[in-house]
Amino acid sequence: MSRPDAAEPEPSPSVRLPAPLVAIRGLSKSFGPVRANQDIDLDVRAGENHALLGENGAGKSTLVKMLYGLLQPSAGEILWQGRPVVLDTPETARSLGIGMVFQHFSLFENLTVSENIALVLPPERQSRLDARIGGLSERYGLKLAPARPVWSLSAGERQRIEIARCLLQDPKLMILDEPTSVLTPQESESLFRILDQLKAEGRALLYISHRLDDVRRLCERATILRGGKVVGTCDPRAETARSMAAQMVGAQIAEVSARHATPGAERFAAVGLSLPAPGLHATALKGVDLAVRGGEVLGIAGVAGNGQDELFAALSGERLAAAPGQIRIDGAPAGRDGVTARRRRGAAFVPEERNGHAAVPGFALSDNLVLSRHATGEVSRGGFLLGRAARAIARKVVESFDVRVGAPDPAARTLSGGNLQKFVVGREILREPGVLVVNQPTWGVDALAGAAIHQAILDLAGRGSAVVIISQDLDELFRLCDRLCVIHAGSLSPATPTAATSRDDVGLRMAGTEVASATAHAH
Amino acid sequence: MHIELQPRLDPPRWLGVAAPVAAFAVALLIGGLIVALLGKSPLDAFRVYFVDPLTQDWSLEALAVKASPLVLIAVGLCFCFRANLWNIGAEGQFIAGGALGGALALATHGVPHDGPLGGSWILPAMLALGVVGGALYALIPAVLLVTLGVSEILTSLMLVYVARLALDYLVRGPWRDPQGFNFPVSVNFDPDATLPSLVEGASLHAGVLVTLAVVVLAAVVFGRTMLGYEIRIVGAAPRAARFAGFSERKLALAAFALSGGLAGLAGIMEVSGQIGQLQPSISPGYGFTAIIVAFLGRLQPVGILVAGLVLALTYVGGEGAQIALKLPLDVTTAFQGILLICVLGADVVTRYRVRLVGRVLA
Repeated sequence: MSRPDAAEPEPSPSVRLPAPLVAIRGLSKSFGPVRANQDIDLDVRAGENHALLGENGAGKSTLVKMLYGLLQPSAGEILWQGRPVVLDTPETARSLGIGMVFQHFSLFENLTVSENIALVLPPERQSRLDARIGGLSERYGLKLAPARPVWSLSAGERQRIEIARCLLQDPKLMILDEPTSVLTPQESESLFRILDQLKAEGRALLYISHRLDDVRRLCERATILRGGKVVGTCDPRAETARSMAAQMVGAQIAEVSARHATPGAERFAAVGLSLPAPGLHATALKGVDLAVRGGEVLGIAGVAGNGQDELFAALSGERLAAAPGQIRIDGAPAGRDGVTARRRRGAAFVPEERNGHAAVPGFALSDNLVLSRHATGEVSRGGFLLGRAARAIARKVVESFDVRVGAPDPAARTLSGGNLQKFVVGREILREPGVLVVNQPTWGVDALAGAAIHQAILDLAGRGSAVVIISQDLDELFRLCDRLCVIHAGSLSPATPTAATSRDDVGLRMAGTEVASATAHAH
Repeated sequence: MHIELQPRLDPPRWLGVAAPVAAFAVALLIGGLIVALLGKSPLDAFRVYFVDPLTQDWSLEALAVKASPLVLIAVGLCFCFRANLWNIGAEGQFIAGGALGGALALATHGVPHDGPLGGSWILPAMLALGVVGGALYALIPAVLLVTLGVSEILTSLMLVYVARLALDYLVRGPWRDPQGFNFPVSVNFDPDATLPSLVEGASLHAGVLVTLAVVVLAAVVFGRTMLGYEIRIVGAAPRAARFAGFSERKLALAAFALSGGLAGLAGIMEVSGQIGQLQPSISPGYGFTAIIVAFLGRLQPVGILVAGLVLALTYVGGEGAQIALKLPLDVTTAFQGILLICVLGADVVTRYRVRLVGRVLA
């Protein structure tokens, strides 16, 4: 790690580099006993695309929130064009020329594009603003129609509103937090073209992403955080995604090893599964067909909000299907079975959200074990809980899946995200289910835990179980799945073998394009 | 400068006990201030409220008799509150249980003990009817909640007033004692319809033992059974309960039925053990005070037993204070309210670290 300015003797004016646009010196931030950032040094120069890398919990979000005035540092200083500044509010940061595009959009669904933009700007006439948005849209290829209501827009379009909001304030430094996590590959590429243009205008970019291939495409410098500290800097173009991941994790990540199982009989199927939308902004399922055989892993790709949660609820039995035959488990009709009855038929489920859905944060692990295992007999009898049995099985999950715990039977909320995820996946896999349906198996999980979960899923399939993975992470799906399909607006595309599928193809289907063209062919 | 609440990941166990004790101490200080503002000595008031009742046999008995309904109702409320259902109509369920059970006592009034209809079946049947009456009355808000989504807070509370006025009508009308000089009271219950005393000639009735048994039973249900587990999980994380395969509707109905049943049992035991007849008012607000008992006892049956005794102390002491210090009964009610606020505040301190945060400059 280098500290370019700190210790060097004063260079002569002729060779002095321009002061970095923003320089962070010894910045620290503590939340109670947790030290989220410790003694961080970081420079971003004008016209530079700088990546900030690190695992979940490495301290990236804390750092950029301090840069954007949302958090106050506990120690250290921020220099803006060489002068120390106190960024006490986002307004102060914006007035200096720091803009930020958040991972989660903060848009009002029922307002139009220009109304959403007007909300964050000083008051001005709507017609003038529309003209400015039009000009900006043309200049950067944002393709924004000011009068469109936000609810009618795709994730990529919504993100371009956020970018437009940021650009209208003419920032010198733009911070982007995981901008591609909800985009299709094609949408990501059009984002990168916009970012290239911003860089050419001399704007600096601080880019947070866990997609290392994106970072290699965009950035010429990267700072790597681990455990709240800077552990290195590198030139992403000279690294591989694998070598950068190893620096982020601090260890080599084992390559998941494929299994060799010949697919057996069909174990799990949905047949013409349709359900109305459960709420106003929810998605209806439209005639979903899928079939998975023993030993097979089926992947379901899709942009967030296209019916993944609704599909998981319907597959798990949290919502019942209209007819028994719409779900089959090992050949038996199970569409009218609730989640407990489906578990008794040998199916197991892992929802996306760990806290409050897959597990209760305030409950001990043994109580959380009972959550999904009470139906299958080992932990309750005659209406009574068998506490000792539950603790023993919970301990077995902890040991078999290397869950790091600080106490014998701790509350779930004391575990890190990765460890809790290993527990909720392990809780199901240790039962040796014939069918496993898992939604976002490694969402927000550190890379080592993610690799362990991937391996456990593949091993389960290798032992003859049928697995369905719903995920927004294409890398994950391409690595694990035998066949892939795509969910878009509640419809599921037919599955194609992974080996015969390209990312571009999946990306187009995620955006709903291919479905449209397929319909066109049918005519 | 602002106040920041940071959730405690693993609150230490001693805080769970210390918080309600501290809340009680703070409530005492505030209560003392009020007494002082009324021109009385806070120390005298403390002695009359919290020390004197513990020094005499009759007042200790009164303590147990007053704690019994509070504990019984509060244990029942636990089933609802733990499941995040806000049954605040226990007062009405108490009255419904007392009225339905009492109706049997009135119907069998004057039947000879060794006659064809008389006998020892009457008292158990009254207790059973008390449970049924309370449970059915509690199921009204529960059914409205699960079928139409009506807020159980409003319906359960409003049904309290319905129950009060209905009982008032009954004892002034059809149930009035014809030889009662036009007083709005029923006849006195027969011995067969009266809970026996535990001590000869004293107010301590057998209902106290029933209450103790219910506390033990409820502790087992919460800690060791699937029903207790389901109720805990529905309250802590409804989505996880759905994922576990539990039906929220069934649980809501079960929790309200249990809660109302226990309140009804408390009602009929109060009527047949303590009052001995039906009259326009059969409760000094036990159903509401029990809400405080439930929270002060941290929604744990054993904690509730302790909390019930503490609150009963304010009732017994409050009567003493009216006589000895001429303090109005409202002081007692006000103190109970202050205590609830302090307990809820202490809960926040248990779950969160409260910090004053100023801007830190580099």
